[in-house]
Amino acid sequence: MRKTIAEKILSKHAGKEVRAGEIVVAEVDFVLAQDGTAPLAIQAFQEMEGRKVFDKDKVTFIIDHNSPSPNQRVSSLHKTMREFSREMGFPIYDVGEGICHQVIMEGRHALPGQLVVGADSHTCTYGALNCFSTGVGSTDLAASLISGKLWFKVPGTMKFILKGKLPAGVYSKDMILYLIGERGAEGANYKAIEFTGELINELSVESRFTITNMVVEMGAKVGIMNVDDKTREWIKEHSNLSALSLYPVEADEGAVYEEVLEYDFSSLEPQVAKPHRVDNVSPVGEVAGKKIDQAFLGTCTNGRLEDLRVAAGILKGREVHPEVRFIVAPASKEVFLKAMREGIITVLIESGAAVINPGCGACVGTHAGVPANGEVVLSTANRNFKGRMGNAKASIYLASPATVAASAIEGKITDPRKYDRGQSTEDR
Amino acid sequence: MKLTGKAYKFSDDINTDLIISGRYKFSTLDMKELAKHVMEDVDPEFSQKVKPGESFIVAGRNFGCGSSREQAPLAIKEAGVVAVIAQSFARIFYRNAVNVGLTVLEGDTGGIEEGDCLEVDLEKHLIRDEDKKKEIKIKPLPEIMVRVLAEGGLAAYFKKYGGFKLP
Repeated sequence: MRKTIAEKILSKHAGKEVRAGEIVVAEVDFVLAQDGTAPLAIQAFQEMEGRKVFDKDKVTFIIDHNSPSPNQRVSSLHKTMREFSREMGFPIYDVGEGICHQVIMEGRHALPGQLVVGADSHTCTYGALNCFSTGVGSTDLAASLISGKLWFKVPGTMKFILKGKLPAGVYSKDMILYLIGERGAEGANYKAIEFTGELINELSVESRFTITNMVVEMGAKVGIMNVDDKTREWIKEHSNLSALSLYPVEADEGAVYEEVLEYDFSSLEPQVAKPHRVDNVSPVGEVAGKKIDQAFLGTCTNGRLEDLRVAAGILKGREVHPEVRFIVAPASKEVFLKAMREGIITVLIESGAAVINPGCGACVGTHAGVPANGEVVLSTANRNFKGRMGNAKASIYLASPATVAASAIEGKITDPRKYDRGQSTEDR
Repeated sequence: MKLTGKAYKFSDDINTDLIISGRYKFSTLDMKELAKHVMEDVDPEFSQKVKPGESFIVAGRNFGCGSSREQAPLAIKEAGVVAVIAQSFARIFYRNAVNVGLTVLEGDTGGIEEGDCLEVDLEKHLIRDEDKKKEIKIKPLPEIMVRVLAEGGLAAYFKKYGGFKLP
């Protein structure tokens, strides 16, 4: 039986040969929840009369959505999480550590061939490391905390073959925005997506994360890529690989795909998602000149070192427009430290950025950058839903770090190619 | 089992931030409080209009897209909505709804209008629109979800069976 990556990983974890469409109970390799979802998971855990977690080395909580806590009510939810983790004996990533998806990958809790569930919809990010990872709700999470298992419908797979060479000033964010615009918000609902092709190989691992992070914006369960030398290098950089065996999974020749789509991105332009839908996408030229009040660089989509580096490259020696608030949140403590050592943070602050601690706050509208009525925000995040950043009367546009940095300078949505002549795609 | 009530109509792609905004959902586990704000950014009057036990949310495609937060189906359930009927659902929301005991029905909602009286026959997989005198077929849930829903949600199911029992 010839199988897709999703079919192979789920077969292995279910202990039997399964195909797309089947419903299976599978063992999970790692389970996580963040402070927006963990409190409800703890509640469900108690309702289910759970006594201990299935394996304290395979479970973690991350405090990132309201981090540090903006008010007393949230503080009390955080306290519940800390007490639960202490009682169960598993570690917690507390205030300042970073956004869940970044710390999970840096902490090697998601590896090739593994099956990971997280109570956060962007758990699909780890697919770039060849891990079948998907977002679940708090009750499903509680069930897997107790049993180490969860039921899955084996998804059908769509294959995206991405080709060409990205032009200067165009990044993986532009690729995934384009694909979401083309396929629509429901374009891959319930599906796994396998990304292959020469362009994927060209991209840095961090750029690949941006793509797999956003597959849920077209409804996908997971977006998976193959392991190559860059993947191994990235994992090695974040762990002691000599003590770590990797079990990457590749699709069989002749595996059955629901759709195979080819895209050549050689002439792709920078893309922008317009309010209030992620699939409302157009080339930057169509919205260039739109005045912005706030620019935001960060999130699990684009808060990594190379994202900050691209922005600093554009902002070095320049100033953020006086009528723009430019907020930067590195994705993790590790990213923050590396960016400091590289001088990136200095450049950003000198240009006028407000650099805040790692976390999700501004993106999810809890604190740290809530816009006023009628204001326009240009963000590197993955969602621009009405009310997303905490105010339903504000408008959010999404773009790459380069577009956000260039626009922060000009005070209006700006084509970054004016400032960013780019390096090789190798560095993206 | 039959469910009856009035239809409240919504568009395609109603996302979880529209169902319950991040302004509210992160700071409390009190679903009664969240229920007061359910659908607020689409229809500020919704939570006052809804008659508990006699109301359906009827929507277009991709209902519940966005985040994985169970506050979305929980707030809808707590507001007294009997079931959500949509052309299609986003994956995580669909599962979460069943897990918290909120009935979700997939069918062709195109002909249903705001205020229509609906009767849902869960055994026959049919919705009857009393105003339009029309019957709409519902796509059956997978067996495991039927069982979870029958127990009132995954927590009760899990407690009863001590794990996942595949049919």
